[in-house]
Amino acid sequence: MSTQFAVRQEIAAVVTNGPGAAAILSAGIGSFAVAIFAIAADKSPFVKNLFVFYKPTGALSGETTVAILLWLTTWAILNWLWRRRNLSLPRINVIALVLLGLSLLLTFPPIGDLF
Amino acid sequence: MEITTRSLWTLVHGMGFGALYLLACSGAIALLYLRFASAGQTHASPSGDRFLGIYLTAMAALAWLTVLSGTYIIYPWYRATAPAGTTNLAGYPRALLLSHPATQQWHLIGMEWKEHVAWLVPIAITMAAFIAIKYARDLRDHPQLRSALSGFVVISLLAAGIAGFFGAMLDKNAPVDGGQNIQLVQGEKQ
Repeated sequence: MSTQFAVRQEIAAVVTNGPGAAAILSAGIGSFAVAIFAIAADKSPFVKNLFVFYKPTGALSGETTVAILLWLTTWAILNWLWRRRNLSLPRINVIALVLLGLSLLLTFPPIGDLF
Repeated sequence: MEITTRSLWTLVHGMGFGALYLLACSGAIALLYLRFASAGQTHASPSGDRFLGIYLTAMAALAWLTVLSGTYIIYPWYRATAPAGTTNLAGYPRALLLSHPATQQWHLIGMEWKEHVAWLVPIAITMAAFIAIKYARDLRDHPQLRSALSGFVVISLLAAGIAGFFGAMLDKNAPVDGGQNIQLVQGEKQ
């Protein structure tokens, strides 16, 4: 049983957590971007106009498209930087989950309107 | 028995993709619990690891179909501007909701929250699917990755639940309707 555990630990060391960390953190950043762009478009008519990529959908089209592009770009960059690294995941998990939680709160209009 | 094209799309978006995603979420949470609750002494098979990846990928596809159909097919019908002087706002759901103090908040809070919070779902579940596929069997040796994956699945359920609830309530108060009639079943002459 202990041999099995030792083998697993070795495998875990070989399969680095970097790509996973990159996916987790970039998902948090992408989610947070959705909330930030929504608030920015709500506060500034200029930004709102900038985000109108598809007129029938209005600024929502640009807010989400730019957030998705930011998410995917961040993911690609972090994945390349961390592909062979083992990182401190608890810290990255907390940051990503806090960003995701904040996104849930900031997209709620009464909270978003406070800014 | 007839249905309009807009109603049909709303049905496909909400009852098809959206509701199926919500159902799949509870399945994903149960699956994650069963596979990893007793991590370290699990005897799960490689096919089970593959199944988790496929399951989460199918959920990601559902999430993307839900937000894309909602944003680019239904939302334009919802927010269409009524021509000046229009008295019957039935074909303009947003204008209809905003025209009564009792229903205004369904748009100002409900739709404004729904249209953005829904987009957190595909981001979160795509990440979860990637991790499940990338790490597969090795996931049991990475407890922190498992925690993040589970956390994002649970939050995606919450976000999808918020979007689904407001979607249903908005459609109840100001349905997206119109377009061509599609006859589902021919009625008998009386």
